[in-house]
Amino acid sequence: MASSAPVIDSLRRTFITPEGVDLKLELGSAASRASAFLIDMILIVVALVALTLALLYLFYAASGAGASGSSEAIAVLWLIGFFILRNGWFSLFEMGSRGATPGKRLIGLRVIARDGARLTGAAVIGRNAMREIEIFLPMSFLGAQAAAGVADSFLIIFALLWSGIFLFFPLFNRDRLRVGDLVAGTWVVRNDKEGLLADLVGSADPARRTFPRAALELYGVYELQTLEDVLRKENPDAVATVAQTIRTKAELADDGDDYGFLADYYAALCAHLERGLMVGRRRDNKFS
Amino acid sequence: MNAPLTPTSDAPLVNATRFRRAHEGDWERLEAIVTRIEKRSIRSLSDDDLLALPALYRTSLSSLSVARDTSLDRALITYLERLCTRAYFQIYGVQTPVWRQLTGFFATGWPNAVRSLWRETLFCVVLTFGAALLAYLLIGGDPSWFYSVIPEGMAEGRDPSASAEFLRSTLYDKPKEGWLGVFATFLFTHNSQIAIFAFALGFAFAVPTVLLMLYNGLMLGALFEVFASKGLGPNVIGWLMIHGTTEIFSICIAGAAGIRLGLAVAFPGQDSRMDSVVAAGRTAATAMAGAVIMLAVAGLLEGVGRQTITNDTLRMLIGSAALIGWLAYFYALPTRRSALGE
Repeated sequence: MASSAPVIDSLRRTFITPEGVDLKLELGSAASRASAFLIDMILIVVALVALTLALLYLFYAASGAGASGSSEAIAVLWLIGFFILRNGWFSLFEMGSRGATPGKRLIGLRVIARDGARLTGAAVIGRNAMREIEIFLPMSFLGAQAAAGVADSFLIIFALLWSGIFLFFPLFNRDRLRVGDLVAGTWVVRNDKEGLLADLVGSADPARRTFPRAALELYGVYELQTLEDVLRKENPDAVATVAQTIRTKAELADDGDDYGFLADYYAALCAHLERGLMVGRRRDNKFS
Repeated sequence: MNAPLTPTSDAPLVNATRFRRAHEGDWERLEAIVTRIEKRSIRSLSDDDLLALPALYRTSLSSLSVARDTSLDRALITYLERLCTRAYFQIYGVQTPVWRQLTGFFATGWPNAVRSLWRETLFCVVLTFGAALLAYLLIGGDPSWFYSVIPEGMAEGRDPSASAEFLRSTLYDKPKEGWLGVFATFLFTHNSQIAIFAFALGFAFAVPTVLLMLYNGLMLGALFEVFASKGLGPNVIGWLMIHGTTEIFSICIAGAAGIRLGLAVAFPGQDSRMDSVVAAGRTAATAMAGAVIMLAVAGLLEGVGRQTITNDTLRMLIGSAALIGWLAYFYALPTRRSALGE
């Protein structure tokens, strides 16, 4: 779902494996965290409604059959079901091997320990228990007071302020940590499952367009990778604009095939820059 | 790796293509294995795949390093980063099986966490009983204090104006037949929520947690005074003790967990604030999870045990036995860590 989202460099963190390679983890953005949470909340409500309906059905079936004591068992089941949904939903799913609730999985996120060690049960329980004061406490407080009709404006402001501090806490630190993440030592990272995209260059076909050296000296790696995005997205407007810009800059004639032109230019520029890499000259962008 | 001067029609033009052709098979196999583990479990792998996994992981990791240095194909680098990350978490970040986590929790995790919180727990116990004593003395001097401690709805008529007969009936009469289970469950979920709050509120420098402990103690003292002033002191002690030893102890442990968290936020000591909070948070969360289990036991004792056992001595005996059991489990039982001299 979110796998096509671009990599945001400010959310990348050094994470060195025991083999000594930096995986450059991508943290989940605040927006994706919030959407995952909303999805989970909707699922919890749906599950609660389903539980209630199922138990009501059982209740009527049992009372129709004249079974005594069934209403007590059903009330106990409902109370425990509610308790587990409220306190266990996040923890139980995150303790599983996927390290993610259904909402997080749908968005493509997972919870990990910041030190790269195993994610322990204590950490998961800790990070989710903090949710109580981040969201449930002010909301239930406010809800109860509003229901009783005694919620004055001061109380509403206080509850919103309290929730606001905790809700927006992830935006105030660069690691997008919730208070729960802070306490438990966890991170929420992107866990995309996108397959390998096709190779844009392929074989060195002699039938390709050739470009003068001056045309290949125009750009660096940054522009090359932007061109890669344009080619992969295949948006006709973007392709036409980029092709026109490059032609003008390199003073090349328009041959009517924008995409073919860009694909060939990409291949030639890539090969040219790689030759530079071989001799230790990395040209990061057109200004360097 | 030299680029041919006169390219033939099949030779790759750029490194990324060459690299993809050489290793794509390995990456795809690793991806298939990792996807299988994520979807099912590591047990669903064949022996061949299981043996190949670490080698494939290291191959892909070195592919990533090489690709970063020699290739400009961003899609390739992104793919390898994501693949290696997924494989890393299946190899190094894999969770301990649930039953091992559970046995570890009961055998060492829980008692060790509670034991390491002994100072905070003691503080909470002193706080609770100090507040109880305060409420007892205050209400003894002026019964109107009662109403500022316990809200009217919660007292259910058990206030200073109640008659001794009525108070006695609340201690020994059974509630409506058949609702013991519901009552016990309700008490358990309600108290557990309080325990979780006591832990989470600790983050605010432990101030709300301390207030919660004080208020808990005040209510205890107020209730006790009402009964004691009508000569029902020993009776109410039995009524409270059967479950109260477990319940009050567990609330104190949850409070201790909150205080530990608050102290770590306020006074990190030698560690950085982040490290100190994480260390405290994990210990405290373990203790809090244990407190919820204790409250389930307390809910059973209160909802079922207290309603069926009306003998004061028996109630006190059960309460004392529970307390001794918990103390022995937390503080006296030898654990692995104490064997290491901690």
